[in-house]
Amino acid sequence: MRRKKIPTWFVLIFPALVILAAVVLVPLLFSLYSSFTPYKLTRPDTLFKWIGTFNYQKAINSAVFWAAFGRTVLLLTIALNLEMLLGLGLALLVSRVTRGQRALRTLMMFPMMFSPILVGFQFKFIFNDNVGLVNNALQSLGLTNEAIPWLVDKNLAMFSIIFAEMWSSTSVFAILILAGLFAIPQDPLEAAKVDGCTPWQTFRHITLPFLMPFIYIALAIRSLDVARAYDIVQIMTNGGPARRTELLWTLIGRTGYVDAKMGYANAMGYISIVMAIFFTIFFFRKLNAARSELGMAG
Amino acid sequence: MASVQLNNVVKKYGALEVVHGINLDVAHNEFVVLVGPSGCGKSTTLRMIAGLEEISGGEISIGEQVVNDLPPRDRNISMVFQNYALYPHMTVRENLGFSLKIAGKEQAEIDRAVNEASTILALEDYMDRRPGALSGGQRQRVAMGRAIVRHPDVFLFDEPLSNLDAKLRAQMRVEIKKLHQKIKTTIIYVTHDQVEAMTLADRIVIMRDGFIEQQGTPSEVFEHPVNTFVATFIGSPPMNLLQGKVIADNQLAFAEGFTLPVPQEFVGAVKAGQDIVLGFRADNLMPENHALDLDEASPPIKMPIVVSEPLGTETLLYTRLAGGEIQAKMLKPRPVVDGEVLTFHLDLARCHLFDADTQKSLR
Ligand SMILES: Nc1ncnc2c1ncn2[C@@H]1O[C@H](COP(=O)(O)OP(=O)(O)OP(=O)(O)O)[C@@H](O)[C@H]1O
Ligand SMILES: [Mg+2]
Repeated sequence: MRRKKIPTWFVLIFPALVILAAVVLVPLLFSLYSSFTPYKLTRPDTLFKWIGTFNYQKAINSAVFWAAFGRTVLLLTIALNLEMLLGLGLALLVSRVTRGQRALRTLMMFPMMFSPILVGFQFKFIFNDNVGLVNNALQSLGLTNEAIPWLVDKNLAMFSIIFAEMWSSTSVFAILILAGLFAIPQDPLEAAKVDGCTPWQTFRHITLPFLMPFIYIALAIRSLDVARAYDIVQIMTNGGPARRTELLWTLIGRTGYVDAKMGYANAMGYISIVMAIFFTIFFFRKLNAARSELGMAG
Repeated sequence: MASVQLNNVVKKYGALEVVHGINLDVAHNEFVVLVGPSGCGKSTTLRMIAGLEEISGGEISIGEQVVNDLPPRDRNISMVFQNYALYPHMTVRENLGFSLKIAGKEQAEIDRAVNEASTILALEDYMDRRPGALSGGQRQRVAMGRAIVRHPDVFLFDEPLSNLDAKLRAQMRVEIKKLHQKIKTTIIYVTHDQVEAMTLADRIVIMRDGFIEQQGTPSEVFEHPVNTFVATFIGSPPMNLLQGKVIADNQLAFAEGFTLPVPQEFVGAVKAGQDIVLGFRADNLMPENHALDLDEASPPIKMPIVVSEPLGTETLLYTRLAGGEIQAKMLKPRPVVDGEVLTFHLDLARCHLFDADTQKSLR
């Protein structure tokens, strides 16, 4: 009897397949499966009870879930737009610097070097209503006598979180846009000057179109980042008070680990991932459009 | 509608001075060509006129107005860049109309100007393409079109034809000449191709190492070069040069015992014992029976042919004389065998004498 030979290609990719299966595929399938069960971390036997789409229906009908969803989209929209504008401004300024630009660029990346957890703690302290730096400064300057509840008031808490996000991540935009600025060919810029453009018109009609691909890359990266925002919020407000700053992943984290309802948490997670995928596709579409406009596609 | 004046214009990059106080007067509607070898400062000069490069000294005026401190947009100039510098994200139509749009012109007026330019340059079929989808020659024409829609006071061209193949270059050369006849405007044109310079220019300005060596009409610089640099730079093939000495009886002595009489024109201008350089063009050294009439024929010169280059209407002959390799021309050509010895006559009336030390013309 002839023994069947295993094809070479299969032998070659087999180790990779095993690793992928172990670290990606199995957990993915397991979590997907568990989202169709009433799986509670404290009662492992619940894993074997099939309840169909019950968890999904529950999430879709849950006001708390949609509030967190909406808040995440809001945070994403505001933070990304502000970071983009600020990053653009920063990059433009830094690109003008003739002396010490390297040092400045390095300095600009400092916030990215801190763990988001530490950033969270730092801003939790800065915005603390009793001992925080901000209130202290405001009071010392005589601008107010009250202890402004930065992390308690609904809008102020959101503002504080956005502020912390921007502090830690504006440099992502600044660095990428700076790379874009360095990559711009000089000729069209000079042609625009000769064609009668003011500096603003040159920026608007020549520089900006060249920067768009870089901006979209930064937006794509940061949209995924913010869509899974967890650490900074968890530390600063813990989604509270009274869920006023609850985001998708703080809600999911709480549901899964505090309430131990892992099946339900996983169902919410899968719905949220749809959002992340949507933003990724959206920005990559934009990126490709901007690139093909510059004749870079293909 | 403008003349251009450069007064002692200097350009320094840090401590390095690359343009050393040049003076240039371009009359209204004049077509001036700047030529010179690579790195001599042609582009720098043009860019200073455009306002893309600050000047380190001197004064530039356009139409009587000093523009030293005006940004490019206030100088009413158009520039065609060496590598086109089209806007890659705009269609040909948008590229052409951009400057008018920026100037806040009405859409109808923009359309009219763009259509006019596209007709002149035969661009109608590509109007909605982006530059990336055009050939080099087409991009070239778009760059030209972008310059003409504005009806500027002054056109600046920086080697606009250098990226084209020989045929297209010849064609575009004619187009530019026609363009200048059609839209009378001052043009300053940079090239290192002396054929372009000769064919296009009202006046040629020859630059070397940041200095102007000579300026004049094409025939002036061709027939009366002020030094050996201009003599060898203008004209193709380059002028032959032979090192020699003036000896008694108005004779010139060269290596290997070769002698020639001093051309009539220079008798009295040179004295015995002086070291000179003799210059003459291939066109004025012709084999017997294949020559035009000579105004002042030299005694016969026998020379062996090293290589011959048949060009159809004439044949270029590479020969050896007085220890150097020189070129001659055979008109009404016949086949020539390498190594064949022919008898030549030199037209002394078309010869140039230069001082061996200063390399300046002794005329
Ligand atoms: N930014 C700069 N810094 C220092 N030197 C420069 C700079 N730009 C140009 N130069 C020098 O100035 C000189 C003139 O340059 P320019 O570009 O005007 O030459 P060009 O005559 O246009 O040559 P080509 O025919 O090759 O275009 C060159 O020697 C060049 O090295
Ligand atoms: Mg140049």
